[in-house]
Amino acid sequence: MIQEDVVCSFCGCLCDDIRVETNDEGIVKAKGACRLGSSKILGHGPGHGRISKPMIRQDGELVEVEYQVAYDRAARILKAAKRPLLYGWASTVCEAHEEGVLLAEEVGAVIDSTATVCHGPSVIGVEEKGLAGATLGQVKNRADLILFWGCNPAEAHPRHMRRYSSNSTGRFTPEGRKGRTVIVIDVRETRTARLADRFIRIDPGTDYQVISALRLILAGKAEILGDEVCGISKGKLVDLVDILKKARFGAIFFGLGLTHSRGRYKNIDCALSLTAELNAHTKFMIMPMRGHYNVAGIGQVMAWEGGYPMSVDYSRGAPYFNPGETAACDLLARREADAALIIAADPASNFPRSIVEALAEIPVIQIDPYENPTTLLADVVIPCAIAGVEVEGTAYRMDGLPLRMRKVIEPVHPSDEEILKEIRESARRLPDDH
Amino acid sequence: MIIKGGVVYDPANGVLGEEMDICIDAGAVAEAAGGPTIDARGMLVLPGGVDAHSHIAGPKLNAGRIMRPDDGRIGTEPRRGLCRPCTGYTVPNSSAIGYRYARMGYTTVFEAATPIIESRHTHEELEAIPILDKGALTLFGSNWTVMECVGEKDLPKLSAYVAWGLRASRGYGVKIVNPGGGEAWGFGSNVKGLHDPVPEFNVTPAEIIHELARANERLCLPHSIHLHFNNLGKPGNYSTAIETLDLLKDIVPSRDRQAVHVTHMQFSAYGGTGWRDFESKAPEIADYYNKNDHATMDMGQIIFGSATTMTADGPLEYANARLLHQKWSNHDIELEESSGVVPLVYIRGSPVNAVQWAIGLELALLTEDPWKVLLTTDNPNGGPFVKYPEVIALLMSHKRREEEMAKLPELLSKRSVIGSIERELGWGEIAVMTRAAPAHVLGLKEKGHLGVGADGDVSIYEIDPREVDPGSDPALVERAFTQAKYTIKAGEVVSRDGEIAGIPQGRTFWTDANVPEEDMARLMASLKEKFEKYYSIQMSNYMVQEAYLSRPVAVRAGVEVAQ
Ligand code: SF4
Ligand SMILES: [Zn+2]
Repeated sequence: MIQEDVVCSFCGCLCDDIRVETNDEGIVKAKGACRLGSSKILGHGPGHGRISKPMIRQDGELVEVEYQVAYDRAARILKAAKRPLLYGWASTVCEAHEEGVLLAEEVGAVIDSTATVCHGPSVIGVEEKGLAGATLGQVKNRADLILFWGCNPAEAHPRHMRRYSSNSTGRFTPEGRKGRTVIVIDVRETRTARLADRFIRIDPGTDYQVISALRLILAGKAEILGDEVCGISKGKLVDLVDILKKARFGAIFFGLGLTHSRGRYKNIDCALSLTAELNAHTKFMIMPMRGHYNVAGIGQVMAWEGGYPMSVDYSRGAPYFNPGETAACDLLARREADAALIIAADPASNFPRSIVEALAEIPVIQIDPYENPTTLLADVVIPCAIAGVEVEGTAYRMDGLPLRMRKVIEPVHPSDEEILKEIRESARRLPDDH
Repeated sequence: MIIKGGVVYDPANGVLGEEMDICIDAGAVAEAAGGPTIDARGMLVLPGGVDAHSHIAGPKLNAGRIMRPDDGRIGTEPRRGLCRPCTGYTVPNSSAIGYRYARMGYTTVFEAATPIIESRHTHEELEAIPILDKGALTLFGSNWTVMECVGEKDLPKLSAYVAWGLRASRGYGVKIVNPGGGEAWGFGSNVKGLHDPVPEFNVTPAEIIHELARANERLCLPHSIHLHFNNLGKPGNYSTAIETLDLLKDIVPSRDRQAVHVTHMQFSAYGGTGWRDFESKAPEIADYYNKNDHATMDMGQIIFGSATTMTADGPLEYANARLLHQKWSNHDIELEESSGVVPLVYIRGSPVNAVQWAIGLELALLTEDPWKVLLTTDNPNGGPFVKYPEVIALLMSHKRREEEMAKLPELLSKRSVIGSIERELGWGEIAVMTRAAPAHVLGLKEKGHLGVGADGDVSIYEIDPREVDPGSDPALVERAFTQAKYTIKAGEVVSRDGEIAGIPQGRTFWTDANVPEEDMARLMASLKEKFEKYYSIQMSNYMVQEAYLSRPVAVRAGVEVAQ
């Protein structure tokens, strides 16, 4: 069978034009998807490290059990914990996120997403300054200048440039790449940089100074600057500001190179300010390059459900948000979390080593279709259907645009949403003083 | 259920302060009913509150929440009883929106603006709001397809697009915000007035408004066009308001209702040439409304204190942010709209804010017919909806207004006429402005009244309108309206003395309008091209899927209904 316009469930581009071919064996083709997307979409079979049965660790070994046994064990762990952490959420649908918030309310947990180790600083920057954004279609139809800062879409979001940004065509951009100026600012010459019209290499950790210099020049205060800013000649920066100002519609995309270098959220604050200030001269927007396909969605769901987009502590019954205190890594670093439910993420691979060690010391429940390094730390392992391939539901693209993920094949396992609901039901049945 | 012996105001049915019983059977008002009895003796009984213009769901709301963790903290309430935890004051979480409206006696609230392509988000949030019945108005004012149909003078095709857009967004009515301005803002400019052509499209705001109004009536939609004027928020803009209203005098409503609803009129009733000589032109606007019958408005009253402005008027928000040195979010939407969010504080010491405060009240007090003026704060643009009781008290009590004016700059008396207005609205007029009129303006036949067959939505307030003189006791009025003794939704008590007692899932109204097949076919050809060349998503992924409305109510409309 052929299914048209399937939404890819790998990266924040959420390409929705994939042609998926299935037969009795499962998915055999994902036409239109990039390398990353097709390996995700095709990687559903048992040969791809799928977990087949729920498991519970007994005497150091994971032993297969029935689902209900795993649900009850998970519920007891969360209920017994003083400071349970519900973490992950980037690679599942919003319907599961909503269940996750309900579970956090039920067991008094801290709920946090992988944003905490990727675009968390961007969120904090937005709290400081707001964000001048747009949907990706605006970029496609209007942008004649694109600036990639500390991101490498050519490798991390392979279809971004063709579909939405530098190489796309639209109403006011009929010439596509030819009619656009593409600039890359990064600490190394990435593939994206090699495709650009202009590459400005900066020293690691100097983003804040460079953006600040651009803002000064834009404000007409170039004379304050010395001849060089962090190794870049002032002339080059003055030129750059000139190019930015002359654009008809400018778009800045930024990635972890900006959020995770020295300065972190201050870098974002500064970049958001630069964007707002450029609007006094021409039209400008800015967008974080969100990684996992629905890491934006968990932020949206948490915001409408509890008021804040990440790192929310429900232990006092009311949502409390204080990143730096209530983020997953903070909690684990302080050895405060005493149980964790990990869903649709692999912190054992992505957290700093000392934080992974903290995670290894506490009971861990994992909900995931696949075995991954986190499985090695887990005490309860619950296999789920692959959201976005075997389960339909909502996901938010990096620009905040929501799409409905399709179910392309029938699942064998329950969905994240069903699993979370069962755990919550089980937790409800436990007495409070458990 | 029987509500016994209350003092009932049901102005849609000519009931003004009669002691009578209200029976609710199977969720609707009935001649007789069994079941529990509520003793409402000595209490004010009204139809459930209806808010026809409030920002309660969707991308703008979340943008506001995410950029304002400070606001989140203000309204924090822990999980308790049936209630999930709450946060926020001007931008509360979805749960809080449902509970707080219900506590005040409101049972139906319409989201004022949803961009078609992001309506999935709007519906996700609407679904997350407990208790209330709701709907969303769909944005059409800067839409490429709309502007092209207007340019081609193809009314049938435009109507087909409106019908399709309402279906795609599962929207209820046609919202127009700063028509043409959203498109111009795509390249950082704006339209300056009604006859200033939209760049690249060669149509004017006047043409967009007029043709959308005609399409609206051709489709016989339950609601009229719902209009946010050009030049909103700018000194001197009252002339744009009157010019726009004049433009719509020839529109013949297809149903028994207005030809145009003007939203948050307060922001469009400004005189002066700048902020220094800024003054109220509410008397001119009210005078216009007193002499003409084709339009209604809602107040857009401001409340001193914190607000979060959010609107599809992107250039307005940019101007706000620059003027007030505030943080600024903007979100432009391909082929359709712009939008922005800016937090701000209305300050008593500011002459401009004081005049804005006066304008909202003047509009309501100088317009003779309360059916033409809905009570709103354009939540949360003028202030949060939880402040409606304060607005009610101000409208019902000259004394309350004088107390407030004493705290405001003296300049106010030169820039507005609020001090000279003696009028005090009565219980019946408040019932019109908060119940009967919003339901009528929206075209919701089963809302806003208590006649047999109406929805069993009732609010009961612990205040005896025969005993209390609101003019001299405004505090009693404000307190009573802040917390209904009972709020009843479809025959179920959902709030009692401020405690949430039931959490039914509300319904979502949308308008399903039919158009002739040949019009739709012509439209599809041009839409297909748009998706192939310009949209960043596929047409088959565009429509809001059925999964997003758990309790939909499709209101039938369309060209056949009109004939
Ligand atoms: S760019 Fe991202 S969303 Fe698109 S096909 Fe590749 S992995 Fe999937
Ligand atoms: Zn509004």
